[in-house]
Amino acid sequence: MKTPPPSLPVRSPAGKIAPPLGPGIPSSSGADFLTTKLDVAVQWAQSNSLWPMPFGTACCAIEFMSVVSSHYDLARFGAEVVRFSPRQSDLLIVAGTVVDKLAPVLKKVYDQMAEPKWVISMGVCASTGGFYRAYHVVQGIDEIVPVDVYVAGCPPTPENLIHGIIELQKKIQSGELARHREAKTFVPIRVGVDPDLSIPAYSDGVMARVPGKKELPEIGETAESELNAKARAAAGEGDR
Amino acid sequence: MSATLAPPSISFGPVLEQKLGKRVTVEQRPGADIPTLVTDAVTLKEAALFLRDDPATAYDLFLDLASVDNSKLPGNLAPKDGSRFQANYILYSTRRNEHLRLRVNLPAKDPAVPTLTGVWPAANWFEREAWDLMGIRFEGHPNLQRLLTHNGFVGHALRKDYDKSQRWLCTEEDLLQTELAARTDDPEDMFETMTLNFGPSHPTTHGTLRVVMRVDGEKIVAAESECGYLHRCFEKMSETHTWVQVVPYTDRLNYCSPMINGNGYVRGVEQMLGIEVPPRAKAARTVLNEFSRIMDHLVCIGANLVDLGALTNFWYAFQPREEIYGLLEACCGARLTSSYARIGGLAKDVPDNFVEWSRALLPGIREKIADIDGLITKNKIAWNRMRGTGYVSKENAIAWGFTGPCLRASGVAYDVRKDKPYEMYGDVDFDVPISTDGDNFARYLVRMEEMRQSMRIIEQLLARFPKGPINSDDYRVILPPKEMVYNEMEGLIYHFKLVFEGVKVPAGEIYSFTEGANGELGYSLVSDGSGFPYRVKVRPPCFPLFASFEHIIKGSMVSDAVATLGALNIIAGELDR
Ligand code: SF4
Repeated sequence: MKTPPPSLPVRSPAGKIAPPLGPGIPSSSGADFLTTKLDVAVQWAQSNSLWPMPFGTACCAIEFMSVVSSHYDLARFGAEVVRFSPRQSDLLIVAGTVVDKLAPVLKKVYDQMAEPKWVISMGVCASTGGFYRAYHVVQGIDEIVPVDVYVAGCPPTPENLIHGIIELQKKIQSGELARHREAKTFVPIRVGVDPDLSIPAYSDGVMARVPGKKELPEIGETAESELNAKARAAAGEGDR
Repeated sequence: MSATLAPPSISFGPVLEQKLGKRVTVEQRPGADIPTLVTDAVTLKEAALFLRDDPATAYDLFLDLASVDNSKLPGNLAPKDGSRFQANYILYSTRRNEHLRLRVNLPAKDPAVPTLTGVWPAANWFEREAWDLMGIRFEGHPNLQRLLTHNGFVGHALRKDYDKSQRWLCTEEDLLQTELAARTDDPEDMFETMTLNFGPSHPTTHGTLRVVMRVDGEKIVAAESECGYLHRCFEKMSETHTWVQVVPYTDRLNYCSPMINGNGYVRGVEQMLGIEVPPRAKAARTVLNEFSRIMDHLVCIGANLVDLGALTNFWYAFQPREEIYGLLEACCGARLTSSYARIGGLAKDVPDNFVEWSRALLPGIREKIADIDGLITKNKIAWNRMRGTGYVSKENAIAWGFTGPCLRASGVAYDVRKDKPYEMYGDVDFDVPISTDGDNFARYLVRMEEMRQSMRIIEQLLARFPKGPINSDDYRVILPPKEMVYNEMEGLIYHFKLVFEGVKVPAGEIYSFTEGANGELGYSLVSDGSGFPYRVKVRPPCFPLFASFEHIIKGSMVSDAVATLGALNIIAGELDR
């Protein structure tokens, strides 16, 4: 039988810890203690002390700044210790467009973060490429790193990002995300166009943990392959 | 319409003829915006030197290099001489307050021109960009590498036959392998200097800038900066959207002050169409531009000071921003990416209480600026960190193509709002602050004063904010009001045509420029008469600033480089487009 998730200690008005509602042991001696599962306690702690690393690249980063600054004050949600070192953070907030040139960098930053780690993709650019369906833009960072929460908007309003963080906290507390991810090599990011170069099948394997993940866009049609060949022919004329 | 206007005249015609004879011709195109000279690749360098050095011309500031691929122009517009590419150099004379376009037509096969880096050092990165995206070769260029795209990229993205969504594999090896980094193992240099990589993911590079430095202890002996980590293909995307649909893309160029970008763009299109917007739209645009300028400067100063360790100012700077966001949200529904400007006016009228609301914002902004002022302007630490660091002399600022606050901090009083007034700037009284110190502190002071001047402009406009329609009544460019669409046949037709075909901009080209928060924001637009822009080239004000960064920081400490980077205010969105 499934036990309901144990709840967290609640301070009673007298300043004492009230008996937990879950499978805790009510104290008879008057001393305050509580029992719970280690996992639950750890998840609770993790979810309320997220250390975000803002991978801010574009306009969304400006809204991220708004979220952490005085007016919206992310400190209220236990996620204000912004660290610019991936080694010190456990939440990667990708705020802004990620372009092909930046993709290896993002991958490296993600790899440098210690487990457990989570990723929020802030804004439509990070989530899908947004309205940049173009020759140099990653069509969603889930081509490169696994994403836990997608926050919609261009840019998302601060409330929306805060909502995303709360959703992530819920997910962490529910234990749903306590899975390890392995992505040891950089997956080349080439959205399939060129028929004679094999396209790395990113969409299977460990990263395909995002439910309903989108398929690699089908752009590769003959007309475009021809263009492609032409582009290469043009470039071959002593250009490169 | 503008097509009936006479071509702009040039004052130095006789001198030009005497010096260069028939090798440089003045283009007689009716309705042109700025004078255009046409030359060929052989004469280019000579012509450039003449234009820079002759006192009658004195084009000392290199503003932009706009390349065009003419291969898809319709028959009647296609170049007669069978050329395919165009390199358009946009120049400005700080002494004569005049712009000029110098054009070279180039063949389809191996388009090449001599480099102008020796004439205007600012040309360096612009030429690399043109090589990268258009495939025009610049002979004699010191470092003709790709700039915006990565090294794994094949082809030249802005050529008309390049598919807009063709991406190429980028691995770590395709990122910048600089000369500097390659020299790490030079045996003679062992242990004396080392290479330090700085960015692109570094807190003070604000996400997407990268500098590779060679340091001797803390001292930078050489540096190489790189951009392109946010190259979102703005120019290519514009070609696949209608004229109006480009407006949201412009917001994302300089996302600290989106309104200014949109305004600059629609102004260019309006000039091509030859339409005037009503005074109310002009005033609203000007007020919102100035609010945007304040927001931009606040982010710049706040973030710069954070990089120096003064976090408090950031909270001070962001509070007024939030309040201005409120006003923007009431105007257009979005906080940051406003998409508010429209060809012929604004997306909708400003709210009824716009004047009162705007006025109510000013005291708060003043107070917060005073707070920052009180904390920083006479602060010993700030002085030590900012005074004398990041120095750029007046000559260098001009040679490197600086505009905006950074140019003014080096002692050149060029401000488009003053020198070539647009919208309502001609009708208001304001000062252009300059400093001759040329260092980071001067940039800080100039920005602080500009914010005060912006408030002056806003106040004057609010005192006489015009009533009347917000949009032009030219329904070929702007949607007619809904009542008209529902009740009148004509309204319906206009609506239908606009929605289905978009604005039809007459064939032609223009270089339109406004004062962005960082400097001169130029749009080189080319229309082929269809509903889509044929070419949109932006002159991003911080492009030359970042290009010169490697020179500015040479010889300084690493920590001073951080101060300088913040003070230059590089916005990756417009830098990389
Ligand atoms: S989602 Fe919109 S606001 Fe965010 S980075 Fe992309 S374009 Fe900018």
